[in-house]
Amino acid sequence: MRMSTIWDRLEGYLDSVEKPARYIGLEQGSLKPLHDESNVAWLLTYPDVYEVGLPNQGLQILYEILNESPIAEAERAYAPWVDLEKIMRDEGIPLFSVDTHRPANEFDVIAFNLSSELVYTNLINCLDLAGVPVSSVDRTGNDPLIGAGGHCVYNPEPLANIVDFFALGDGEEVVSDITKVIHEYKSSEDVTQSRRDLLQELSKLEGVYVPSMYEATYDESGAQVLKPVNDEIPELIEKRTIIDLEEWPYPKKQLVPITEVVHDRLNVEVFRGCTRGCRFCQAGMITRPVRERSDEQVRTMVQSGLQRTGYDEVALTSLSTADYSGIKNVVEETIADPSNCGQVSISLPSLRVDAFTVDIAASIQNARRTGLTFAPEAGTWRMRQVINKLIREEDLYGAVESAFSQGWRRMKLYFLIGLPTETDEDTLGIARLAANCVAIGKRYTSAASVTVSVGGFVPKPFTPFQWFGQNTLEELTRKVNLLKDEVRKTKGVKLKWHDPKATLVEGILSRGDRRLGDVLKSVWSSGGTFQEWSEYFNLDLWISAMEKEGLEYEWFAYRHRDLEEPLPWDHLDAGLYKDFLWQEWRDALEEIGLEDCRWTPCYDCGACTGYGLDHVVASTSPPVGGSQGTWQDLDTGSYAPQLLQITSKAR
Amino acid sequence: MILRLQTTKVGKIRFASHRDIAKVWERSLRRAEIPLVYSEGFSPRPKISFGLALPTGAESECEYLDFHLDDQKYETSNISSIPQVLTKVLPEGITITGMVKMPKKYVSLQQSVTSTTWGIEVKENTKDVQKWKEIVLTSDELIIKRTRKGKQVVDDIRPYIRAIGVEEDVSKTTIKAELKTQPRSLRPSEFLVAAKPNLTMVRLRRLKQFIDTGDSQIGPLDLGDSLDSDLELCSS
Repeated sequence: MRMSTIWDRLEGYLDSVEKPARYIGLEQGSLKPLHDESNVAWLLTYPDVYEVGLPNQGLQILYEILNESPIAEAERAYAPWVDLEKIMRDEGIPLFSVDTHRPANEFDVIAFNLSSELVYTNLINCLDLAGVPVSSVDRTGNDPLIGAGGHCVYNPEPLANIVDFFALGDGEEVVSDITKVIHEYKSSEDVTQSRRDLLQELSKLEGVYVPSMYEATYDESGAQVLKPVNDEIPELIEKRTIIDLEEWPYPKKQLVPITEVVHDRLNVEVFRGCTRGCRFCQAGMITRPVRERSDEQVRTMVQSGLQRTGYDEVALTSLSTADYSGIKNVVEETIADPSNCGQVSISLPSLRVDAFTVDIAASIQNARRTGLTFAPEAGTWRMRQVINKLIREEDLYGAVESAFSQGWRRMKLYFLIGLPTETDEDTLGIARLAANCVAIGKRYTSAASVTVSVGGFVPKPFTPFQWFGQNTLEELTRKVNLLKDEVRKTKGVKLKWHDPKATLVEGILSRGDRRLGDVLKSVWSSGGTFQEWSEYFNLDLWISAMEKEGLEYEWFAYRHRDLEEPLPWDHLDAGLYKDFLWQEWRDALEEIGLEDCRWTPCYDCGACTGYGLDHVVASTSPPVGGSQGTWQDLDTGSYAPQLLQITSKAR
Repeated sequence: MILRLQTTKVGKIRFASHRDIAKVWERSLRRAEIPLVYSEGFSPRPKISFGLALPTGAESECEYLDFHLDDQKYETSNISSIPQVLTKVLPEGITITGMVKMPKKYVSLQQSVTSTTWGIEVKENTKDVQKWKEIVLTSDELIIKRTRKGKQVVDDIRPYIRAIGVEEDVSKTTIKAELKTQPRSLRPSEFLVAAKPNLTMVRLRRLKQFIDTGDSQIGPLDLGDSLDSDLELCSS
């Protein structure tokens, strides 16, 4: 039976690596599945270090669902840091699970979560460390199946020759469907069944894309077109959507790590999807429609989660938590809950400035005052109309004033540069906003400071900006320098920026096609792993790999597309009509905003209509706040989630 | 009420750092619904204090911590079962092996512990280690360079070495050494370079912690009053 452990071989080396606790497992809530040869064994893998991967809620949800199944078992793996990787390669220790330290190649499926393009070479590295051939054509019956999910799989083409199957959309249901198909294959007596038969069966599942079942050709302009290899293979793969979030109260046993990780707190997802309609935001487009949890279920999950984990901080997560209709009740009751053991603080990530007021400032982070981040995204109202992030300058100043008046001394503002139609006036508007925020802060404290964090915009598939040619490396660098010079004039403003070189690579991969598979392998084999880490990122590796493959990065990243051009993800369906996205792109260029459809008539984006479902929202009236809709003669609404008055500390 | 716990740290959990373990305790106490007294001030923290840090990777049979129970919020009759309640929520490898109630006035663990006994498994064979031991014990002074608070200092570590024993078990050679922790601790890694040829550590385990009272050596639990716990108190 295949159920070994590499712990004995690994243990002696852990004294000589950094942060060895990330390789030991032992998280509270973790499981040691009893290995059963007939089970479908999944290795859920995050292709970055443990500290970044452990908190990933998607993997934790699947971990629980799979381990509850009578025919599946699941363990977890993370990319070993470079020091341990060297030892593993020298000593022939394969990639392993942290749960039982089982070698990766003993699993039936190695499934990756892909949340950033820059981890693609780490995925390849993990396969190689597992002793699994990195090209799907080289794998045979005994090799694990390689799967992937997460936001990046809405254009999986750069990995099409490496990964066997991709799962699009919500994973809660499809993971069991995939398990069933593999289980039947495993337990089948029919010896004529091949790996290819299995893949063909998988490709028939809704939401599952098996790239080897599609043949790629390139038209005269160089654009990729895919065709199914036979009639049984679907031409269009629709994403999976779970209709009722309430039926999936996962993770029920969120993992509590022994060692420190990012987002080290209880996380409770209050809703999925977002219809604010920011045109640059892929997450907001591909996760529609909005599906809320009832505030009662959220309260239960918070209460039992805190009790079970021992955390003293809970984050209510979503793409825009201030929009959650039960926010007031949940925040109030959580902080005042007599069953809390000690103080509990609540953090609300993704807060929109138009809903952040003095009362929220006073109530959140009540035990500890940590960072506060607002994301105006662009420096001028014109630019924000283009991207449909319709917050007014006074909304931002109101939020900033609330925070400073409640004792905060510093905050972070997040912006994008390189947006469509952006002028230098828009770019410099970022510095102007920041300077005004510092001036407001100075009324409350002389130590007031604002950190401006700018990222280069990368156009993403299934957004209105998917046709936009990304700003060049030179242009983004020029804009960063422009800002550097400008913020120097104001004391109290600090500037941080994402490396434009990394933005270029993200742009190449974000809208790339199958030909990039060889580029990825080439970068990986020249040592290009951990590209998300600035100390390891190396643009030269990418440029020379592109050259070697005879591909122009300018063509992939910088070129504007038109409506007629086939896109590498045209065979995938994120639920959005292409003509809706195109109309949005035209409206963006005309600087016309679009309202949030939760409280205004449907404009038929496709997300609900295609599935016969509706936004599940507890409140029928929109929250008050400047951004509601477009600020173009819209009703301001009546329900006011920001009127929170919680100051008592639970002890 | 201040309670002092004695615990183990064995197995995989040995790779968790002192800082990691501090967080584990905070969470475990909350999970066990044991209310703590909080510090005053801008950023209140629960009052827990830990003994001498154990190097990451080392195991231990005798770790200690003191915590300030908020006894107004806790049923007195439940206090004696705290070790059982806590052990259930602690990670594998950490087991509570003793608990006492500390007097109102007491000296902190870090200040009161005077020496610890270590089991140090080394690579070298028993014969060579015996020779090494003789050199160490017969030397009047042992000067080594070591780093303290980021600075290189030259120290005579001979006064820190109270006793050395050598044990052989199958093919493993283990040194048992009692090393002093005051005025500053002698680390096992520093001890192994006390004489040439230097020894190479394979595995480390803290076996005992002692408090020297002048006329006798006692354990940290001996300073408190035992509660009616079902646990056998193995403080010696």
